Amino acid sequence: MIDDSLSILSVSRLSKRYAGGHCALDAVDLDVRKGEIFALLGPNGAGKTTLINIVCGIVTATEGQVSVAGFDISRDFRKARSMIGLVPQELFIEGFETVSATVAFSRGLFGLAPNPSRVEQILRDLSLWDKRNSPMMALSGGMKRRVMIAKALAHEPRILFLDEPTAGVDVDLRRDMWALVRGLRDNGVTIILTTHYIEEAEEMADRIGIINRGCIVLVEDKDRLMKRMGKRQLTIQLHRPLASLPAALSERGLTLTESGDALVYTFDSQRDRSGIADIFRSLADNGIDFGDLTTTESSLEEIFVSLVRAP
Amino acid sequence: MINYYGIRAIYTMEMARTWRTLMQSIASPVISTSLYFIVFGSAIGSRLMSIDGVGYGAFIVPGLIMLLLLTESISNASFGIYMPRYLGTIYEVLSAPVSVVEVVIGYVGAATTKSLILAALALLTAQFFVDYDIQHPIWMLTFLLLTAVSFSLFGFIIGIWADSFEKLQVIPMMIVMPLTFLGGTFYSISMLPPFWQTVTLFNPVVYLISGFRWSFYGVSDVSLAVSLAMTLMFLLVCLVIVAWIFKTGYRLKQ
Repeated sequence: MIDDSLSILSVSRLSKRYAGGHCALDAVDLDVRKGEIFALLGPNGAGKTTLINIVCGIVTATEGQVSVAGFDISRDFRKARSMIGLVPQELFIEGFETVSATVAFSRGLFGLAPNPSRVEQILRDLSLWDKRNSPMMALSGGMKRRVMIAKALAHEPRILFLDEPTAGVDVDLRRDMWALVRGLRDNGVTIILTTHYIEEAEEMADRIGIINRGCIVLVEDKDRLMKRMGKRQLTIQLHRPLASLPAALSERGLTLTESGDALVYTFDSQRDRSGIADIFRSLADNGIDFGDLTTTESSLEEIFVSLVRAP
Repeated sequence: MINYYGIRAIYTMEMARTWRTLMQSIASPVISTSLYFIVFGSAIGSRLMSIDGVGYGAFIVPGLIMLLLLTESISNASFGIYMPRYLGTIYEVLSAPVSVVEVVIGYVGAATTKSLILAALALLTAQFFVDYDIQHPIWMLTFLLLTAVSFSLFGFIIGIWADSFEKLQVIPMMIVMPLTFLGGTFYSISMLPPFWQTVTLFNPVVYLISGFRWSFYGVSDVSLAVSLAMTLMFLLVCLVIVAWIFKTGYRLKQ
């Protein structure tokens, strides 16, 4: 289990019922480890943003506790909040403000003395330096997204929340952003992100949390999750189509495709793969020639869908 | 521990908004004050008797400054907090390590500063139309400051309460404007029949204008102490409401 000293964000029995009676979070427990990239996945309306907003102080919890590096978010709100940077899902901007003014504002708001060289570094890292004197409304959507990130980084947070950071962002920017996120992680910043692009979580995250209908369904190391839940599939392309599958092969769990020109073998990724050798021996014994082999691994997306759809 | 940089950030951002619209900001009080003086001060006022020994043109100066100060304080402060709510940029203030008091000082401080600048401009403009003197400048500044702060707080409350641009205008137009006009901007309440004099005493703006006018000419409808007490009371009521808003998260947090 999680070593408490390593947990930088600790959520316990957190519930949120909105005025209309909608229960967005139902007694959620979650620990995020210091320095990891944690991906929170869930379908729309699962409670991801509500969870983030409670931690950041934008939404008030109905019940439960949250602490950031040991500081309770309501009792020690100054210490807790000064460690957190938030990049919200939507682009909230004041159109007439300039880029550098809005980034400097964020830094000051979080109680840090002005530091032009630090702000310059952030703007350069995000390719915003040329735009520093532009009003926000003159920027493209992708540029606005960069500014939102710059604002969150301006006050040097130890935990960065990225709520759907790459929604509507082009490939270049997405790549830049992930490079930036990795760089931050290397500097010890803990990253908590939500995303709809599950392949991103697959590529980036150290651990995955899945939330559905206000409940955390699962929290696990990404690699272990992929191994445990992942399926591998071996497809054997045959030289000559088969009319029917020999009994020796169907016993081993192989199936014949409808067209009869390929055999498919599905197995758990973690299972010992010696079964494959037996399959090839059986193929030879039955005089079946094959031309090509492919193996595929199920993606996090498939795992996610199977978990969320489960009753 | 006070988040001094946080207060400064909010104040600076709000003032930047003022400087961006500097020309409109200056033009509107200068033009409206000039119009009032042309119509009431020169055109009509020249045919009116002096009130309490003060010429009519000079008599209306404190009332007009108050009228401007009230409307500007309310509109600046209400707009200042309504816009981030409307645009969604309020998320950052809510998630920042700033206390309620710091947020209010930042927003209300900027609104107060702006309306004081405009009141000073209006006073300068009035110089071109009438001669007036200020017998008690310290008291004049005290009333100016107290009123600007109180009504900026009041505007802040409106800006949080309002959930549409229309609502933002309702209170200033429907309540503050009538109260100011009926509160002795253009007349002394002693000119009213006794019944209406009594009714008028329920209008808080009467005390603001009376005290402010006293600081100019040493004459007033009600005593200085009562004026001051009523002004401070209004300030206190606003502070209590603001404290309640942040305690409950009213219209700010879900």
